Amino acid sequence: MKNSVLVRVAGESILKNKMRTLLTMLGIVIGVGAVIVMVAVGQGAQRGIANQINALGTNLLIVTAGSSNQGGVSQGAAAFNRLTVEDAEKLRREGTLFAGVTPVVNTRTQVIGGGTNWRTTINGVSTDFQTIRDWQVQSGEFFSDNDVRALRKVAVIGTTVAENLFPGTDPVGSQIQIRNVPFDVVGVLAEKGQNAGGQDQDDIVVIPYTTAQSRLSGNTRIWQILVSASSPDDIAAAQVEVRSIMRESHRLADGEDDDFTVRNQTEIANAAQGTTKIMTWLLASIASVSLLVGGIGIMNIMLVSVTERTREIGIRLAVGARGSDVLTQFLVESIVMSVLGGAIGLAAGIGGASLLAHFTGWSTAVSIQAIVIAIGFSAAVGVFFGYYPARKAAALDPINALRYE
Amino acid sequence: MPNVIAKRPSIVTPVIRIEGVRKTYAMGDNVVHALRGVDLTAERGEMIAIMGASGSGKSTLMNILGCLDTPTAGSYWLDGTRVDGLSRNQLADLRNQKLGFVFQGFNLLARTSALDNVELPLLYDRANRWKDTKARAAEALRRVGLGERLDHHPSELSGGQQQRVAIARALVTEPTLLLADEPTGNLDSHKTVEIMALFQELNDQGITIVLVTHEPDVAQYAKRIIDVRDGRIRHDHPVTDRHDAAADLRVLEETEPEEEMSELVTEEAA
Repeated sequence: MKNSVLVRVAGESILKNKMRTLLTMLGIVIGVGAVIVMVAVGQGAQRGIANQINALGTNLLIVTAGSSNQGGVSQGAAAFNRLTVEDAEKLRREGTLFAGVTPVVNTRTQVIGGGTNWRTTINGVSTDFQTIRDWQVQSGEFFSDNDVRALRKVAVIGTTVAENLFPGTDPVGSQIQIRNVPFDVVGVLAEKGQNAGGQDQDDIVVIPYTTAQSRLSGNTRIWQILVSASSPDDIAAAQVEVRSIMRESHRLADGEDDDFTVRNQTEIANAAQGTTKIMTWLLASIASVSLLVGGIGIMNIMLVSVTERTREIGIRLAVGARGSDVLTQFLVESIVMSVLGGAIGLAAGIGGASLLAHFTGWSTAVSIQAIVIAIGFSAAVGVFFGYYPARKAAALDPINALRYE
Repeated sequence: MPNVIAKRPSIVTPVIRIEGVRKTYAMGDNVVHALRGVDLTAERGEMIAIMGASGSGKSTLMNILGCLDTPTAGSYWLDGTRVDGLSRNQLADLRNQKLGFVFQGFNLLARTSALDNVELPLLYDRANRWKDTKARAAEALRRVGLGERLDHHPSELSGGQQQRVAIARALVTEPTLLLADEPTGNLDSHKTVEIMALFQELNDQGITIVLVTHEPDVAQYAKRIIDVRDGRIRHDHPVTDRHDAAADLRVLEETEPEEEMSELVTEEAA
């Protein structure tokens, strides 16, 4: 049988049972639509994270304590948290490719001020923090190098803290208490919004690291050192330089493992991307379960159809159709049905994704890849779930098929 | 048992030649002998009626002749082609190229026009013998007197007309042999004569016809009658006073004229 005839016969038979065809296709429509929407959400999230990480700071390098193979047996407890102010100062002094270096003392505590209190993150940093994070103040000013040297009790607060402690007023000139130590608010940071992990970056109080280490009780060790390379092209070289200065500072002999880790933005981005990639796959695999269910629906209907059309198959066999002709006819029918369903599902998915983006504000991205996979997968579903019923039809005995009532 | 082959020596290839054909079925623990050794030869241009009670084996014989079934033992040549031992696909091709079927229940595809029904066998032709299949199908329908009803669906046609469509479908591939299994079983006497007149007309045009019937009246329109009983051919004799269906039809129309319209009305009412 010619291909054009095959498609015509399949098309006619599909059209003869419009309602049934529609309901059968619905499974595939929903399956493909769900996959498209889910992948669009996942890939939109990936893209969003990439954008946010780029906005995190310019040419950022992050030094943290502990080597990258922290599971190594050779590491003693003393190897942890060996970042010191001296490390940061040495980096600042000897670095040639750095635009800025700041140690970060990180702690979380209750902040009292404006007659109320608020639990927030305290970052003890140097003035380079502003350059490295590319973070302006919206009122007042950032503390100065003098403030850092003099261990002054001054603080720059994020907008979230400002709104919670001093709603409706400018907090500059007010006082806040951190662990019973009074600080003068000298500035309010410009609003930054959420970071890639969904954390509110404006929920922060920034103070000189010297003050943090000398005045605040509790753990005030240096959590990380932020370094910014002077240009994007220098990131790799700067990373090498950071490492060699750090090794020197820690007096590590040749062959000894690093007791610190230097990461750049790309690595952080990749890690975050990896997470969302897993999320995307998870969503897609949940959605593809419905595609599977849709496929089983097709198989079910095709089996019913084969039984119902036993006599028709008998007639075709009697007039000279080969088993393979009947097989192809039924297979083409299920493929046409599933691909048609896939196409409708694709349209529904694209529509659904943009609706979702419109109402939730999430960024969604429908990729060509997802479209190709969805259509290919629905065709595969048609072949896979259509094959068994089609083979059953092809194997019918013409005499019995003709006699079938 | 008469030795048919010895009695009818022929230089021309016979349309049907079967020798010692047996067919047994296993039904549970029992073995059913449907055919117990059948020899038969049919020449070109014959019109044979196979008669027998139900269970006589005539249907099995018909299925074997129609290449729908294969004998357990014995040989079958259809138009010179050895049939026994062929594969499923080869049998399908043989049915398409050399055989035309007419069934008691018409066996037309529902919700499919007369034209498309008749076109069907042409679509399965692997030798690509037919170019304009639609025109060919229309021609076949004109040949059976249904040139006006190409686009009618089976549900819009009377029983006699449906059987004509089925005959057109059987003829469209120019088969060597036309097999009809109780072709008038579902028709009233008037329609029966009509269909038999068509068969006689086609036979006069040189088409070899084998039909199965249990009605002696119908068998009288054939040229030769074969009686099958208990899986064997009991009688094989030429018809002495062959009836002329066209003449019978003229007599019928004079005595009880049938109005096409009234029939259609009745069908619609039903």
